[in-house]
Amino acid sequence: MTLADLFRFSLKGLTGHGLRTALSLLGVVIGVAAVLILTALGEGARRYVIDQFAGLGTNLLIVVPGKTETTGTVGAGGVPNDLTLQDAAALVRAIPEIQRVAPLTMGTEQVAFGERRRQVAILGTTYDYMLARQIEIAKGTFLPDEEMFRGSPVAVVGPKLAREIFAGEDPVGKIIRVGGWRMRVVGVLAWQGVKMGVDFDDLAMVPVSTAMQMFNRTSLFRILIQSSSHADLDMLRDKSRQLLTERHGEEDITVISQDALLTTFSGILAALTLALGAITAISLTVAGIGIMNVMLVSVSERTREVGLLKALGVGRRQILSVFLAEAALLSTLGGLIGLGVGWSAVAVLVRIYPAFPASTPNWAVAAALTVSMAVGITFGLLPARRASRLDPVAALAGR
Amino acid sequence: MIKLSDISRTFQVGNEPVHALVGINEEIQQGEHVAIMGPSGSGKSTLLNILGCLDKPSTGSYRLDDQEVAELDEAALTMVRRHQIGFVFQFFHLVHRLSAAENVELPMIFAGQPRAERRRRVASALEAVGLTPRAEHLPDQLSGGERQRVALARATVMEPEILLADEPTGNLDSASGRVVLDLLDRMNDEGLTLIVVTHDLKVAHRADRILVLVDGRIERRVAGDQISEILAMLAEDDEA
Repeated sequence: MTLADLFRFSLKGLTGHGLRTALSLLGVVIGVAAVLILTALGEGARRYVIDQFAGLGTNLLIVVPGKTETTGTVGAGGVPNDLTLQDAAALVRAIPEIQRVAPLTMGTEQVAFGERRRQVAILGTTYDYMLARQIEIAKGTFLPDEEMFRGSPVAVVGPKLAREIFAGEDPVGKIIRVGGWRMRVVGVLAWQGVKMGVDFDDLAMVPVSTAMQMFNRTSLFRILIQSSSHADLDMLRDKSRQLLTERHGEEDITVISQDALLTTFSGILAALTLALGAITAISLTVAGIGIMNVMLVSVSERTREVGLLKALGVGRRQILSVFLAEAALLSTLGGLIGLGVGWSAVAVLVRIYPAFPASTPNWAVAAALTVSMAVGITFGLLPARRASRLDPVAALAGR
Repeated sequence: MIKLSDISRTFQVGNEPVHALVGINEEIQQGEHVAIMGPSGSGKSTLLNILGCLDKPSTGSYRLDDQEVAELDEAALTMVRRHQIGFVFQFFHLVHRLSAAENVELPMIFAGQPRAERRRRVASALEAVGLTPRAEHLPDQLSGGERQRVALARATVMEPEILLADEPTGNLDSASGRVVLDLLDRMNDEGLTLIVVTHDLKVAHRADRILVLVDGRIERRVAGDQISEILAMLAEDDEA
């Protein structure tokens, strides 16, 4: 008996009871589609986070005031020293491998132009920040490339802020009030959306020393350090920590590598995707039990047919393979349809939320298909064996 | 040639052993036409199942063409059924989702014959039973007589030596029954050994000889034209 003959015969067996076949197919379809969709969501989340980080620039170290470790030693009162502009300047001076340093401070303030006012985030930083974070300017220029202690009365505004308060006028060259300060707008940022929780479309950037005076602060929020090469990052982290520890007399800062963060997040989310895949694979097993049920019903319904086949000189193995082929056809067909449904659903999702890079990882596709086929054959084995072992005389009598 | 020596078949029903066949000795020559008769429960079907290698005797020897069949394993018995024996049943046993032609093709598919060969033999088998125009019909679209003729075509398409028929006309009206019996006779004339289990004297009448089974034993062997003798004997049984 050729394989083609076998599958033709089995296919006829399946179409003989269409509704039952369709329902058990549905179980497999849902299982496979669920694996595809959920892993696509997990993978999408992972890529989304990676994109967010990548959008923030590469080879970055972030200095944060305060030590994130819990220590038992008696510190100087537990309050960390200020992370100052002088610290930032010292980093540039003392460590030649550093490509650029961007001090950061943040607050909120009212920005006004004429009668229009808007409460927005104010980011105090320097020219280097634009380079390190790869910020694009839509119009005008970024903050002037000047010494970080010099606070020129200039500002760069986000596109949403510009739209809201300028109402169609060209913002470049206009004077706005930021709190009680008068500042000249030198540029407008390009639209870029929310990155790491900050809405870059709806804020104003001013020189860092201006912002520190505006908010009456002595400590910076962050210092960004960019290295020219990835290989130097670890060395730079140690040197920076060492330098700042010396300057403060104790280690009261934390230096985070963005890549390390990225790797951690990516790892967590990949594990999440895997877990989602595994959970949905359970639904495939349930679908397999559905196949077994259908096949058992089919075998008992076709007892006389099995008896006839035996009388016609069809061997045990052949009867086994007929029923196994039916189970395999069910699961494979279900798997393929589920693949189509899953892919379509992911395509629709990407269409609706283009910002969310949902995409089914290849391993999930392979796993879903393999598992569905394995499940079909495994769960088809019991009914097929039952059929092949029927006693011909009893089977012909329908017993 | 069939040679049964001291064949017994015992079933276990609950704790009671039931002797379906006891000490059967019989020879059936190639090309013979034999009818097996007897009351219900006399062991007719059991004998037919053993002859068709669907069942094995508990004791005794069954030689088919000088091969000891009672000792063969399942796989070898499958081959005997495939190549040497054809079955016709009272309830036809057609596969309902397959057309007449596909039903006839069935044994050849599992025997691994090439497609072209299968088509040719299906066509000639259907022609032999006069059903060529009905080839693509499903069993549900055929009359009882036509269904039995499809079954007959299927039983003979592998060109067996022996055809076993279990009440082949039991479910047919007399006209279509006659058509089926005529076909059986013709195949028998062409050399096919024909063994028919029946209640129907008109069916048994066509046989070369009749075996009458009672309580698992061959009670009597009668030539086919001695119907009246059988009638008298059965009437005797009814009185007893």
